[in-house]
Amino acid sequence: MSENTLTRMDLSEAVFREVGLSRNESAQLVETVLQHISDALVRGEQVKISSFGTFSVRDKGSRVGRNPKTGEEVPIDPRRVLTFRPSHILKDRVASGNRAG
Amino acid sequence: MIRSELIQKIAEENPHLFQRDVERIVNTIFEEITEALARGQRVELRGFGAFSVKHRDARIGRNPRTGESVDVEAKTVPFFKTGKLLRNRLNGKED
Repeated sequence: MSENTLTRMDLSEAVFREVGLSRNESAQLVETVLQHISDALVRGEQVKISSFGTFSVRDKGSRVGRNPKTGEEVPIDPRRVLTFRPSHILKDRVASGNRAG
Repeated sequence: MIRSELIQKIAEENPHLFQRDVERIVNTIFEEITEALARGQRVELRGFGAFSVKHRDARIGRNPRTGESVDVEAKTVPFFKTGKLLRNRLNGKED
C-alpha cells in the first residue's frame, strides 16, 4: 500500500497508540465502528458525526441509461446511494492543510 | 444516529471498556481520517468506502442573491466514495 494511502491498519495503530488496548482489540474496535455506521445506513438512517460530516442514504428513481460505447439504451433500476456531506470543520481543515505555501 | 449514539452502542457491547475510552476510540478514528485528508492523503476502508481529496480550480463565482461576481480561490475539498460491499448492502444484496 502506498504511503499516500491510509488503511484500517493505520486507524487501528492510532487507536492502539491513543488508548492503549492491544493491537488486536484496537483493530476489532475500528471494525465495530465501521460496522455500526454501515448497519445504521442500511436501515435507512442518517449518520451524523459532529465536526466530521453526515452520511445519508438517498433513493434514486429508475431511468434509462445508455451504454456509452454502443449507444444502446439500458434500463437503470431504482437504487439507494450513499452521500457524504463533510462538515464545515472538516472542509476548513482539508482546505487549510492543502493550501500551497 | 449521531456520534454520541454510536459511542453509546459500542460502550454497551464492550462493558469491559470505560465509556471515556470508547469516546477516545471513536474520536481517534475520525481525527486520524481528518488529519490524513488535511495532509492530502487518502483513507481506504475496503468494503466501507474511501475518503480522498479533490482539487478545485479558482473560479469566478456569483452571489446568487445580488448577482455580483466574486473571486473564489482554488481549494481542496474532502470526497467520499462508497465501497462496493456497502453499496450492495444498501440495495439488499448481502454479498
